[in-house]
Amino acid sequence: MPSQPSEHEVRVLSRRFGLPNSASIDTYLANDGYRALEKALKEMTPDSILEELKVSNLRGRGGAGFPTGMKWSFVPRQSPKPKYIVCNADESEPGTCKDRLLMEYDPHQLIEGILIAGIVVGSHQGYIYVRGEYRYLIDILDRALEEAYARGYLGKNILGSGFDFDLYTHTGAGAYECGEESALLESLEGKRGIPRIRPPFPAVAGLYASPTVLNNVETFSSVPPIIVNGGKWYAELGTPRNGGTRLFVLSGHVKRPGVYELPMGTPLRKLIYDVGGGIIGDKKLKAVIPGGSSTPVLTADAIDTPLDFDSVAKAGSMLGSGAVIVMHEDTCIVRAALRIMQFYAHESCGWCIPCREGTNWLKKTLTRFHSGGGREEDIGLIEDLAKNMLGRTFCPLGDAAAMPTIAFVQKFRNEFEMHLAGQPCPFEKHGQLVGA
Amino acid sequence: MQFSTQLEEKFHRLAQHYPVKRSALVPMLLFAQDEYGFLSKEIIAEISRRMDLTVLDVEGTISYYSMLRTKPAGRFHLQICTNISCMLRGGDKLFDHAKTKLGIGNGEVTPDGLFSLEEVECIGACAWAPAIQVNYDFHHELTPERLDQLIDEIQRVSRV
Ligand SMILES: Cc1cc2nc3c(=O)[nH]c(=O)nc-3n(C[C@H](O)[C@H](O)[C@H](O)COP(=O)(O)O)c2cc1C
Ligand code: FES
Repeated sequence: MPSQPSEHEVRVLSRRFGLPNSASIDTYLANDGYRALEKALKEMTPDSILEELKVSNLRGRGGAGFPTGMKWSFVPRQSPKPKYIVCNADESEPGTCKDRLLMEYDPHQLIEGILIAGIVVGSHQGYIYVRGEYRYLIDILDRALEEAYARGYLGKNILGSGFDFDLYTHTGAGAYECGEESALLESLEGKRGIPRIRPPFPAVAGLYASPTVLNNVETFSSVPPIIVNGGKWYAELGTPRNGGTRLFVLSGHVKRPGVYELPMGTPLRKLIYDVGGGIIGDKKLKAVIPGGSSTPVLTADAIDTPLDFDSVAKAGSMLGSGAVIVMHEDTCIVRAALRIMQFYAHESCGWCIPCREGTNWLKKTLTRFHSGGGREEDIGLIEDLAKNMLGRTFCPLGDAAAMPTIAFVQKFRNEFEMHLAGQPCPFEKHGQLVGA
Repeated sequence: MQFSTQLEEKFHRLAQHYPVKRSALVPMLLFAQDEYGFLSKEIIAEISRRMDLTVLDVEGTISYYSMLRTKPAGRFHLQICTNISCMLRGGDKLFDHAKTKLGIGNGEVTPDGLFSLEEVECIGACAWAPAIQVNYDFHHELTPERLDQLIDEIQRVSRV
């Protein structure tokens, strides 16, 4: 860890990974560190920074792909309330383990990105909300924060500019739902992580009901290279409306799973076969989940889909968190659907009834189905239950559970039918389960 | 109740990070648990008192977070991920193996208090699957054999 670099990578965010002491401020400073901050403070205005971001076509790496420049421009800068910057380092979407590397190997890049957000919206305080399981990263981040304070990149009168900014880490304590922005803010206020109804959006009323910029770790980490090299340069690395590179997490049945930085729009085929070395055992590809467990599965014939937000949407799914989960021919799709639903049933916070009840009924129905007790009408029931959850909850966790389920049923109906033949699971032979 | 100097210092620092006192609650609970192994009635009462919250309110918060516990775990808490990326690489076989090896089920503690076992959701190590955490330490790309070695090693070191 990190993975062996691949020759196909275009390393912008990850270019310092692998340098000796890459997390230290000295390594950072020796490799363009805090140059973006200097430029932002001394040569740019909040508006010109926003302009670069808009030109860059940077879109949020947390899941929804919302244009970052636009999000920051929604913050009412003139508001008399204090403004906050919150970094989402909850990283809990199954399949996703990229923010971890950005914090472990280049924490200062993240700090610098957060500082630039602070300059743009006139905020003087921020928090990095780190999932509880990532305790070692809190230690790494705290050390980096200490270094930044000691060298005058955080605190009062940063680089003599008159700009003040304080930044702290904050630990979660185990809850996928706390990655959802409004639940995260509740959690950061010390409460149960229950989602808030929107509008108002966090940009207007977020942390402590104050204007708040909330972005993913990778989104913030992308900002310094954009400021140093320009929005146009960044945009041109990707495809139209999908600027830059992103860290793709390749997992499942590939020969070389790992985290790889590739241009937006890299074809799925290239990721799986060239970067990932192909399918283990040279088996046939069956299915790919392209953006974390919340995103609808793609069948093998989608192999030439370019991995950018718009192209994956056109193929009927979402690029989400960039977590590409590969399944080969021996995988039982019903079982995959069941395992994913177990997760959502476990993580539903229980606030909205369609999500709380829907995930549990789906889990029970899929469990029965997979163990051989399914009935023909269950196939329609699963689809129907899932469809009835869509759009009926405070936060998108309900949709995140429903959408992949609908896709599993619609695209792999034959596998559900195969389970009806009486035997439990047709893919489980001689105790050998799905997988390696 | 007085906590250790180290923990008191942590609490003191935390209190200065937030304009609203309650924001420190979840980190305080987790840091206290790290030191004492679990959140006893006494700890909960003390933290509630310090935060000007009712015990009921704090217990309600604790029950939301999967890492917070009100009963002791083993000294070495094995958390095995069986979520999708790990499952595809044998995560559930690993979990079954651990149950047999330790002779305990999900959420249980071995009689000597050395190990506890938990099937967990994605821990953020999907590209290095199957993955587990022992307390806060990650172990990647495990096989049943490597898990055995890890458990044996812990047992050996803990005996001396
Ligand atoms: C159930 C749920 C879980 C989420 N988990 C995360 C997460 O772990 N990390 C993350 O950055 N975004 C997560 N998101 C997305 C956030 O709500 C939010 O859109 C994102 O952090 C915004 O940052 P971005 O614009 O930089 O992508 C989650 C969303 C939902 C509905
Ligand atoms: S699925 Fe096991 S670590 Fe992510």
